[in-house]
Amino acid sequence: MNTKIATILLLASATTLAACSKKAPEQLPPPPAETAQTTQPTPQVQPTGPQVGSQQHFAAAVGSSTTVYFDTDRYNIDSQDAAALQAQAQYFARYPQVTFTIEGHADERGTREYNLALGERRADSAKNFLVSLGVDPNRISVVSYGKERPVALASNESAWAQNRRAASVIIN
Amino acid sequence: MTKKLLLLLSAALIAAPATAQDLGAPIGEGQPVESIAVEGDDADGPLRGTVTDESAWSDIGIAIPAFATDRERPTPANADGTGALGREVARVITANLRNNGLFKPVGPDSLPQPSFTQITAPAFSTWSGRSAEMLVHGYVRARDDGKLVVGCYLYDVALQDELVREGWVVGPADWRRAAHKCSDLIFARLTGESPFFDSRIAYIAETGPKDRRVKRLAVMDSDGANHRFLTLGSATALTPRYSPDYSNILYLSYVDGNPRIYVYDIGSGKQTLVTENRNPTIAPRWSPDGQSILYSMAVAGNTDIYRVPATGGQSVRLTSNPGIDVGGSYSPDGRKIVFESDRSGSQQCYVMDADGSNQKRISFFGGRCATPEWSPRGDQIAFTRIAGDFNVAVMNTGGGNMRVLTRGWQDEAPTWAPNGRIIQFFRTEKNTGRSGIWQVDLTGENERRLPTPVDASDPAWGPIRP
Repeated sequence: MNTKIATILLLASATTLAACSKKAPEQLPPPPAETAQTTQPTPQVQPTGPQVGSQQHFAAAVGSSTTVYFDTDRYNIDSQDAAALQAQAQYFARYPQVTFTIEGHADERGTREYNLALGERRADSAKNFLVSLGVDPNRISVVSYGKERPVALASNESAWAQNRRAASVIIN
Repeated sequence: MTKKLLLLLSAALIAAPATAQDLGAPIGEGQPVESIAVEGDDADGPLRGTVTDESAWSDIGIAIPAFATDRERPTPANADGTGALGREVARVITANLRNNGLFKPVGPDSLPQPSFTQITAPAFSTWSGRSAEMLVHGYVRARDDGKLVVGCYLYDVALQDELVREGWVVGPADWRRAAHKCSDLIFARLTGESPFFDSRIAYIAETGPKDRRVKRLAVMDSDGANHRFLTLGSATALTPRYSPDYSNILYLSYVDGNPRIYVYDIGSGKQTLVTENRNPTIAPRWSPDGQSILYSMAVAGNTDIYRVPATGGQSVRLTSNPGIDVGGSYSPDGRKIVFESDRSGSQQCYVMDADGSNQKRISFFGGRCATPEWSPRGDQIAFTRIAGDFNVAVMNTGGGNMRVLTRGWQDEAPTWAPNGRIIQFFRTEKNTGRSGIWQVDLTGENERRLPTPVDASDPAWGPIRP
């Protein structure tokens, strides 16, 4: 669990504003795409690299798109969220054995119980969007942490924006 | 001295192993305190009448010298015997009154020690020279069965007359309860208000950095004493609520990875899910009679409020709105429920009948209205007012007369004292995320932090103990 959190934290802080940017392949060019509609860079899998079904593998494939962000008190999927979830959907289409949890979060400016409900709503919203893109709902778990697990620790607009999120986490 | 036992107690404590993985050892809840008649001067009966003006109480000087003992005896309650225990009892009473901004108490450490015979025949001349208007006397006596008899007397110094007296039989481990009962007796007699000191608080103990906060279920007496952790901290625990009879605590735990409400039996240490359901359940509340439980459940992302019998069984859905409906707090007569909903676009407070009918918004004063809690007196609703910062505020049951009581950065989740005169809440610091339990009275003037061994949140004040 700690490594998962650490991974999300790193990704969130390093690439918050780069939700639409694509990560360049690190070493080899990608293998031929298995599905015709895939235009994303696909992960190169090496004996020493992250294993399929690990969070590292997922993060290497979709970059900052593991997480989508929301406006205050909102849970709608905007265009930036949609692009990130499309990247996720392509990954999950390519690796149909992978199951995952969407963790819904809120910033600290809501009350504890309301934020638990709001986090649930956000995670469910991300789930519904992935399902609409063809991901089997049985592969997706949803859990809300409300405001209990912030990734950005300050009490300011920038930190709150990073904490209002739904993060997809691979189930190992 | 004449004594009459009013109640016989069974001492059976059921021991059972804790089964869930995050639970500590069960603590039990002790025994009811037994009242006992104590002797006094019955020549003219106790005086009637109370001081009802709040500004008048705060100025009453009360002397609380050490309680006497008839005979110095050893007791498990104090290593130095019953005499030293009598001094401790007076200290607890003094701290209770002082910490709550009630009266002007002077404690045993700066007062002469009355003899045992003076307890029922005070040396009034000694006390009138000390600007004490009221005088508390009492005694501690160890019985042969190991139990303690504590007598408590309140005298009016100017009138040189007894106002009230009462006695209690407690086990040595429960000696502080006698001090709280005596505090309640004094408070109730002088103010005409209901008592509140002999009560307990369930809360969440917090440790660790903001992004890896450990949150454990904990309980303590109303003055912070007798503190216990009930869970170990491997799973996040949130939002506890004591049952009206103190036998159970409702709380949220992530022990299975998801937020779910459990009913924790304090005596046996066993816990059960509030409802067998795969959906997350949050925001548990008891009905005033302890027969029903309110909880909020998210189905397909949408949270609504449900009611289930405390013994289990069929749940009844009370709200069915596409907005978030959450929480809920019964009126003391059990006929209405105040809850929060964002159906209007932001968190606001609503009242409905206990069956879910007649849902009406009551908060229209700008800002948001969250975590409403109905006063045990029935006349007011406390809530978290969100207008940038979080503040604790009260309003009448129709939403009128809104008054903001606190001015912290984030003051959240009010809970009422059993007598409806004091509100506890938790205050979170900006940036650090550190939190503590605070309390404020209805004037908003007497605000203080409660001592807890570690950071604290989500206080839930239980009723007066049996």
